[in-house]
Amino acid sequence: MKNQTSPIVKLAVLAIAAALLFWPFLFQDVRSIQVAARICVFIVLVASYDLLIGYTGIVSFAHTMFFGFGSYGAAIALDRMGAGWTPVLLGGLAGVAVSLVVAVAVGLLSLRVKAIFFAMITLAAASVALVLASQLSGLTGGEDGITYRAPDLFKPATKLLVDEEGKVASLFGVRLNGKLAAYYFVFVSSLVLFLAMLRLVASPIGTVLKAIRENEARAEAIGYRVVAYRTFVFCIAAVIASLAGTVYAVWLKYTGPETALSFDIMIDILLMVVIGGMGTMWGAVIGATLMVLAQYYLRDLMGSASEALAGLPVLPDILSPDRWLLWLGIVFILLVYFFPKGIAGTLSARGKGA
Amino acid sequence: MDKLNETIDRLGGVYLLPVAVAAVCFVLIGAPSSWATLTVAGLAMGMMIFLMASGLSLVFGLMDVLNFGHSAFVSLGAFIAASVLASLGGWLGSPSLMLNIAALVAAFGAAMVFGLIAGWFFETVIIKPVYSDHLRQILITMGALIVVEELILAIWGGTPFSVGRPAFLEGAFVIGDVTIEIYRFFAFMLGLIVYAGLYWVLNRTRLGLLIRAGVENREMVEALGFRIDRLFIGVFMAGSALAALGGAMWAGYETLITPHLGADMMIVVFIVVIIGGLGSVQGTLLGAIMVGLMSNYVGFLAPKLSLASNMLLMMVILLWRPNGLKPAVK
Repeated sequence: MKNQTSPIVKLAVLAIAAALLFWPFLFQDVRSIQVAARICVFIVLVASYDLLIGYTGIVSFAHTMFFGFGSYGAAIALDRMGAGWTPVLLGGLAGVAVSLVVAVAVGLLSLRVKAIFFAMITLAAASVALVLASQLSGLTGGEDGITYRAPDLFKPATKLLVDEEGKVASLFGVRLNGKLAAYYFVFVSSLVLFLAMLRLVASPIGTVLKAIRENEARAEAIGYRVVAYRTFVFCIAAVIASLAGTVYAVWLKYTGPETALSFDIMIDILLMVVIGGMGTMWGAVIGATLMVLAQYYLRDLMGSASEALAGLPVLPDILSPDRWLLWLGIVFILLVYFFPKGIAGTLSARGKGA
Repeated sequence: MDKLNETIDRLGGVYLLPVAVAAVCFVLIGAPSSWATLTVAGLAMGMMIFLMASGLSLVFGLMDVLNFGHSAFVSLGAFIAASVLASLGGWLGSPSLMLNIAALVAAFGAAMVFGLIAGWFFETVIIKPVYSDHLRQILITMGALIVVEELILAIWGGTPFSVGRPAFLEGAFVIGDVTIEIYRFFAFMLGLIVYAGLYWVLNRTRLGLLIRAGVENREMVEALGFRIDRLFIGVFMAGSALAALGGAMWAGYETLITPHLGADMMIVVFIVVIIGGLGSVQGTLLGAIMVGLMSNYVGFLAPKLSLASNMLLMMVILLWRPNGLKPAVK
């Protein structure tokens, strides 16, 4: 039985991709570009997490840890060596190396035992990483994190194209400065990583992974080494998350426990995967986009709604932005109950039934 | 080598591990008085963690349900006990021992009753629809944990909440040059009593027989005509109540609690359950004592390492015994 993705889903994903491609020309304020960059990075992060949870059926809570390794790798290198491409490369590679080593260690240690052990062990490992990041303040800047400069190309003052008067040239009213270059750096890296993952799941390896998810014993019996495949996909996901972390660190020019390692990011990723739909790369795109948009705009809406209702009894408290996570948690539970396949999965299933 | 193994097995096998650790650290620490203080602290901590972890382990053993929201009961218990103690502030400070004890019993009782109710709610509303689906189980219980934590944050606020202790549990007693905090001693004794109670129920009663049989082979027990789902709800509620009691004890031990308490303890509880082996009460006790002792010793010997000590302990033990020290027979 082949699981066909519905055309609506594909169209939605294409629309999102197009929107992200032209985003700086559509919306020009600083905040919305911030949103777009976050969407790009989280699409990669969520898709790589989906490789684990959706395609292979293993639950890891350490995905932010790998994201953090990449972020901190780039951040520390940029901080120590000054702005430039070498530190980005070195830091990114260091992040990938650390991620690989940790992923192999965790994978070999716990993937051979029960899947549930794996969830618990990754949770423990992630919390140790978070504590270490805030304790080793000499290296990581502790709770304050690290602020650093990105490569010169991405400075807002950089002129990509110059018009006759020597000023920054504009295209459709958008100034072609370093900020734009930085956004397209994020966009293109995310796109490349995402396409690589799309290729991976379409390859024979992707099929084996799905076989493991559906029936582990049978996959083993046919002759696939389940532990090896699981460790492999865990490493791949870790490396991609780490690279996404590096990209995000270069974009943000700041790395701290809140942006790179905190458990809130893990919860976000989980929500995005569940909203979008587990087991489809397309779902990751939809989930990440919706969640990030909601995070930035719905929260503001909640704040203003709460202020508008200030006179009424309970309502302002319920709608206050501080209760955001509470609502997310409830939505999350309801989604897992009623739409375990998420948006992409539910739409595809409906298309097939009709 | 075989002979050595045999001797060790006869003396108690893996149960000797905490003793061995204590002995090694006695040499490393050097000063008997600090060693004794640390050991008592470790044992007390271990017992409190045991209270929190035992329910989780049993629930998993019996029904193959892993409740990631288990630590929600810990935080709930802690906050409810703290609130009850705060509202009974007058009784706490009074010189009358009876009033002191009454306040303590009221606080722990409230925590446990709430644990029972919350456990029932959790089991019937949250977990029942996703039996036998591990992936959704993990996700849903995780979501429930977030909701409970946010509710605590909404009700009690984000600022640290200070917890009153009854007057008779304040202070310390001194034997020779060893100082032992009374609260630690109390925590240890209470943990021991609960363990003895659990041991008695599981090994000496018909109910315990059914539970153990259910852990070993659920289908068989069901086929023999016992309603294992009801049994499971009972175990789940009892486990939640124990976790709430552990949380209440922990609140008194820490004296300052935040809504993050549950999430922080969850990691430790998981490590304990993994080390001990899922599904066995003895294993959980062993794991809890090991974790308690290790974190106190390491905290004293190498404070920098103390954060990673639990993690290292878990890695070493998993490498040695991938299923934990004393897994339930399965």
